[in-house]
Amino acid sequence: MLILIQLVLNPLTNDQLTNDKNLKIMPKIKLSENTIQIIKDACKQFDNKESELINVLHAVQGKLGYLPAEVQEIIASELNMSVAKIYGVVTFYSFFTMIPQGEFPISICMGTACYVRGAEQVLAELKRRLKIEVGQTTPDGKFSLSSLRCVGACGLAPVVMVGEKVYGRVSPQQIKEIIEEYQEEKAC
Amino acid sequence: METVNLTIDKKQLVVNKGITILEAAKGMGVQIPTLCHMKLDDLNIENRPGGCRVCVVEVEGRKNLAPACCTEVQDGMVINTHNMRVINARRTVVELILSDHPFDCLVCAKSGNCELQDMAHNLGIREIHYQGEQSTYREDTSPAIIRDVDKCIMCRRCEMMCNEVQTVGVLSAINRGFNSVVAPAFEMNLDHSVCTYCGQCVAVCPTGALTEVDETAKVIRALSDPEKTVIVQTAPAVRAALGEEFGMEPGTLVTGKLVSSLKRLGFDHVFDTDFAADLTIMEEGTELLGRLNKFLGGDKSVKLPILTSCCPAWVKFFEHQFSSLKDIPSTARSPQQMFGSIAKTYFADKLGIKRENLVVVSIMPCVAKKYERGRDEFKVNGNPDVDHVLTTRELAALIKLSNIDFNSLPNDDFDQPLGESTGAAVIFGTTGGVIEAAIRTAYEIQTGKELPRLDFEELRGMEGIRKATIDFNGLPVNIGIAHGLGNARKLLEDIQSGKSEFHAIEIMSCPGGCIGGGGQPYHHGNAEILKKRQKAIYLEDKNKTLRKSHENPYIKKLYEEFLGNPMSEKAHHLLHTEYFDRTK
Repeated sequence: MLILIQLVLNPLTNDQLTNDKNLKIMPKIKLSENTIQIIKDACKQFDNKESELINVLHAVQGKLGYLPAEVQEIIASELNMSVAKIYGVVTFYSFFTMIPQGEFPISICMGTACYVRGAEQVLAELKRRLKIEVGQTTPDGKFSLSSLRCVGACGLAPVVMVGEKVYGRVSPQQIKEIIEEYQEEKAC
Repeated sequence: METVNLTIDKKQLVVNKGITILEAAKGMGVQIPTLCHMKLDDLNIENRPGGCRVCVVEVEGRKNLAPACCTEVQDGMVINTHNMRVINARRTVVELILSDHPFDCLVCAKSGNCELQDMAHNLGIREIHYQGEQSTYREDTSPAIIRDVDKCIMCRRCEMMCNEVQTVGVLSAINRGFNSVVAPAFEMNLDHSVCTYCGQCVAVCPTGALTEVDETAKVIRALSDPEKTVIVQTAPAVRAALGEEFGMEPGTLVTGKLVSSLKRLGFDHVFDTDFAADLTIMEEGTELLGRLNKFLGGDKSVKLPILTSCCPAWVKFFEHQFSSLKDIPSTARSPQQMFGSIAKTYFADKLGIKRENLVVVSIMPCVAKKYERGRDEFKVNGNPDVDHVLTTRELAALIKLSNIDFNSLPNDDFDQPLGESTGAAVIFGTTGGVIEAAIRTAYEIQTGKELPRLDFEELRGMEGIRKATIDFNGLPVNIGIAHGLGNARKLLEDIQSGKSEFHAIEIMSCPGGCIGGGGQPYHHGNAEILKKRQKAIYLEDKNKTLRKSHENPYIKKLYEEFLGNPMSEKAHHLLHTEYFDRTK
């Protein structure tokens, strides 16, 4: 229970998940019938083949946004392979995540061009406003923060993306406005 | 067979095409060192990830050094296995591994048995030229196995045993780069996982990353407690392997010295798990015949084949992975638990002491027995039937620390009444032995006739899955044998799909059976050692006057005085058990 509460107050980062010195007990998630069907369909789309694991994981994460333990367990039983092997693949590739993404995933480019034009200050402001670190999700599930390398829009550096929408030449002062834009959206 | 000509260390040789440089070199007496590579011949077990790079050799004309374990020989190859360049590279590789390895050799459980330590010694490494970050990870302690991942060198042998050989699928390499470790899914602890505690990961780990839970201190404490009567039982496979810990040839039988050493250690009574193995046959054999005769009598509700239930790792395996079949295995407890149960009732009564004051210690070739003894159904008011379990290796350590010169010990005999056993019980220690022992007794009970022969060669060997039909005086009984849980899985899948033709199947988790158990002296990848132990077990059987369980006079007496008949209500209560669905 304590861990559950801590998790809500202080979401785990990927880094904490893999390097925690204490036994890690993940909060149990109850998957809906609908979600289970989505996972099973994704496996079936690739003929339930073990060799298609990475494609299956891509498809499922595309639908659900992340790959919690319970989801990996269903994939394991559908593909008839050990869940340890699946966890091995999920933790190997940085694209896969076990942390739920926010309703509005925020990515900030830390590529060379963005970096030299002040991305670091922009990131600091994002962290300060959202009160989360990179790899975390806000307790209300609204925003998650990730950093990436180059989105191919160096002319607009520094670049911030919220979902699919790209914001160019972002200054720390603009962050408040950008965040509010999405907070209001929920209020409507 | 096509051959190739090549030169290794200036010596020309002709070898079969398709083999590796490592194998070719071995054939001419050149031992190229390896760390991750391990091959158990005849058991189809090989770990060859080509990861550690310790076995690199120079192939003239190639730019880079080649790993000998995964480079095939080619015609005209000229190979140097120990020139300056090769030695430098090999030392560098080992120094780099050591730079991320704890420096606690002196107090490491694996000291003296560590392949990394040997490697550093053999390469003459006196200094480590690299300093850098050291990986750290929490220690994971389960009822049987300790994972100390800081000592892991990522050879992946354990992962291969767990996935390919045992198909248990608990261990996998996770994370990436410097953060990589071998761990269960979601980095849970072993005791939360579907680990069977078979201990084959421990048996092949080259370093101290995987070891058994050490209970020697608990045994020493019990032996020094004047309030307690401490008795000991020794499993059949221990006597065929313990000598190795004292420099004897593999396959040396040390039964007499084993008994002698246990008496010197101070055990009040030295008994034999083999006695309980004979008891197991009485119960399991009777159960087999009961089911078989009902089936032959036309009762289609009866569940066949019957599966043996002596192996705790196998029991945990089917509880996790084949729980729909949990009605099929015999309900007979394992010999270890039968012994504990009889000791704490029948024998405690004989001594006139309370069960709490009787301490039962087991010497087992197995780490899963440590887990088995802790199962709730084997406790009475919280007091376990078996108090402590030592592996063969731990017993050797205890003997050494007790100043006993094992090799010069005289032979001694087991105490009575729980020390008498037959040859049928001894062969419990090897794959095929339990079912052969069962047949020796079941045949005579079923047919009322004396067995025309006692040695069933068709049941013996090292093949992973073996089949034979035994003629029960006109009634053909189909027997299946599997060792290694991956082989067991194949037979279980056949049962699930209704394809199985067997009436009875013996399953042992470890390759080779208990002789290859996770608690035995380390074989370091030499399968010959297992074969020699197996030979010793059959020799011990041959040397016994009594070779059928039902002829054991003390077993007869136990039924007369205490249990009544096999499968009686009392026997059911004390000698049988139930299985649980552990799928969730």
